[in-house]
Amino acid sequence: MPALLEVRGLTAGYGAGEVLHGIDIDVASGGVTALLGANGAGKTTTLRAICGMLQRRGEIRFDGARIDAAATQAITRRGIAHVPDGRGTFTDLTVEENLRLGAYVRRDGGVAADIAAMFEHFPVLRARLRQTAGLLSGGEQQMLAIARALLSRPRLLLLDEPSFGLAPLVVQQIFAILRRIRAEWNISILLVEQDASLALDFADHACILDAGRIALAGPAATVGRDEQVRRVYLGY
Amino acid sequence: MSRLAAVGVAVLLIAPAFVLSGYHLFQTTMLAVYALAILGLDLVTGTTGQVSLGHGAFYAIGAYVTAILMASFNWPYWATLPVAGAVCAALGFAIGLPALRLRGPYLALVTLALAAAVPQILRAKALETWTGGAQGIVLSGPEVPALLPLSADQFLYLFVLAIAALLFLAAHLLLRGRIRRAMAAIRDHPLAAEAAGIDVAAIKTRAFAISALFTGIAGSLGALVVQFVAPDSFEVMLSIALFVGLVVGGTGSLPGAVAGAGFVLFVPNLSELVSKSAPGVVYGVLLVAALFVMPSGAAGALRRLVASRRRARPDTA
Amino acid sequence: MSALLHQTLSGLATGGIYASVALALVMVYRATRHLNFAQGEMATFSTYIALTLIQAGVPYWAAFALTVVLSFALGVALERLLLRRMAQAPGLSAVGVSIGLLLIFNALSGWLFGYTVKQFPSPFEGRSGGVLGGLVSGHELGMTAVTVVLLLLVYGFFRFTRLGLAMRAAAGNAESSRLVGIDVGWTLAIGWGMAASLGAVAGMMVAPLVFLDPNMMSGVLLYAFAGALLGGIDNPFGAAVGGFAVGVIENLGGAYIVGTELKLTLALVIIAAVLVLRPAGLFGRAVVVRV
Repeated sequence: MPALLEVRGLTAGYGAGEVLHGIDIDVASGGVTALLGANGAGKTTTLRAICGMLQRRGEIRFDGARIDAAATQAITRRGIAHVPDGRGTFTDLTVEENLRLGAYVRRDGGVAADIAAMFEHFPVLRARLRQTAGLLSGGEQQMLAIARALLSRPRLLLLDEPSFGLAPLVVQQIFAILRRIRAEWNISILLVEQDASLALDFADHACILDAGRIALAGPAATVGRDEQVRRVYLGY
Repeated sequence: MSRLAAVGVAVLLIAPAFVLSGYHLFQTTMLAVYALAILGLDLVTGTTGQVSLGHGAFYAIGAYVTAILMASFNWPYWATLPVAGAVCAALGFAIGLPALRLRGPYLALVTLALAAAVPQILRAKALETWTGGAQGIVLSGPEVPALLPLSADQFLYLFVLAIAALLFLAAHLLLRGRIRRAMAAIRDHPLAAEAAGIDVAAIKTRAFAISALFTGIAGSLGALVVQFVAPDSFEVMLSIALFVGLVVGGTGSLPGAVAGAGFVLFVPNLSELVSKSAPGVVYGVLLVAALFVMPSGAAGALRRLVASRRRARPDTA
Repeated sequence: MSALLHQTLSGLATGGIYASVALALVMVYRATRHLNFAQGEMATFSTYIALTLIQAGVPYWAAFALTVVLSFALGVALERLLLRRMAQAPGLSAVGVSIGLLLIFNALSGWLFGYTVKQFPSPFEGRSGGVLGGLVSGHELGMTAVTVVLLLLVYGFFRFTRLGLAMRAAAGNAESSRLVGIDVGWTLAIGWGMAASLGAVAGMMVAPLVFLDPNMMSGVLLYAFAGALLGGIDNPFGAAVGGFAVGVIENLGGAYIVGTELKLTLALVIIAAVLVLRPAGLFGRAVVVRV
């Protein structure tokens, strides 16, 4: 079966500085690929490049179609949702408005039901519905960001360090919810994560990024077992 | 070689006094006046990145200080210049202080309001004794010192040229050293400059005061040259013309100020031959075109800009 | 006492004009962080279009609606063709372009429609004797109603519609807006279009009072800036309130303190006072960044 997302020879960076030097990544349909590596290896840049948030070269195919020349909003409309680094909360809007914006691309009648489903998974969002989103705690904002991304009913979810800055208990909670929703809605995921063991446990495929190049790729279990990989790249 | 060049420039600058006469000499004199006014504007806009849309107000106030001191208090013309400069600097400081501690377009806003208010204030009944109200004040021109074999127009030109040259030199020195670097830092990286211990607001406010001083003295000289001041000559359009001159001539560059003055002086005259609304269209279109095609103006300050950017952030390489 | 009430009501009427233009300025400012100094001249140009339509025999309200639509299109076109290219430019360029537009529209108004002062019809002229016991003229009452309805419509648009929400989102966080699928460029263009429409309504409403000439809105623009700043340059609600407040201040100040000959000085005083005393404005939520 062809991969849902195929990245080939992706080069990208900020201004004159190139961060990614031609990388290949696949996310299988229904699969989870973890993208690991040290700080500054280019993980966030990869997600941003896939979403067209910065200048990039190379081939990016989503469901067989080229998206490497498309604008960010068009990529979202095709079914890729991105929970960005820093969560991307609309801080001066209410939680409810944030959720409605998540479903901005949809014209179907199922939005209300999906928002209700999000409340099942993230009850705290229901309690905070009328609050300004900027006043939420970090964990709540992360939940809001994930709910917002899911409400576009994506086929592929890009997650940028969902555990960042959160208490271990909250992280566990968020990953448990992600597992459930993934199964329910059949969503594929490209996960960037600092916590390698957490990510390898969640993913079925893993790529290790080193200074803008893919150093290693393979099944998550294999990558996780490799002593040398663990020592050199993952640090545990 | 450079000494030779300096002598050449000096000869070129002094020559109009003896080559031109009548209206042409008058226009050349006004060119120097406007160049000085735009240089003043450039001292704030070109160096700190803040925009003033109200330098016509400082020009007007400079002109009126000279006119009032001469007409009502019988001061000699030359003694009015420092007063005009000081008054404008003080006003610039007062206006700049609240606007420049904020980030955003506040300076443009408050200066535009100043430019709109000043002609009204000059017309006000309460001040008519000094300002002459809407009628304005007629002045007699400077007298030629007895020892100089010059006509009144020639002397006026040379006097304006001398003051302008002096202030251009001052601006050149000001823009060269540490202050220039601090100002460029403020323009390009305000937060970093703050972090580096530069009191950004204070430096910006001082820059604005100095800038008002320059333009005020230009207004003062303008009053001496035209020998008449009236509120109608100092409407908002004057401020906008100075701004357009600065942008088209090129910010952050001394020759740019002269080019801008030429623009302000000659373009309206030329385009008014076409129709009454032509100057506005020409100003507007050239302004927009200048910003699109040559964002750093006719004087080619682009190179300078690139160089200063490179020096300012070596860490991005 | 009745004179004071009269001045206050009449101030509220012109305040509605300032509120509309202030709201237009704030909409553009929120989305782009740039002030549109051409907003007033664009409104004047729109008012000339309305007058041309009315003189061609188009009924008043049809001409009104058509002008609003044409102004919207003009605003959208300007953003798409010109201002979009300036999005990343430094403050000088942005101010420069809007000053350029100011000059161009001012000259175009004069060139196409002439510099002579023109009368502009009011749709509320029927009761010219005045209403509310002669306290306000029919036109003042009508124009207050129009501006209030307009402001409520804009409020409803931003509060309750999908596009309005998208525009608020785009103004606050462009990157996240793209990620949820909003075409931020178009929201900017629509914002410019709406601002131009707001200005057009303000122009058509104020023209019967002050008469129409190419510089009609230059004073209004300053008061609108003062109102926007007073209410909080980042806050549409504040801008509207600030606009009304400035209208009242202007009228009372003009009648009792400075006299009409110094009215524009009042705008300078308000702007300077706000900058000194409360830079974020009365309703500014965000603290102004001090640099």
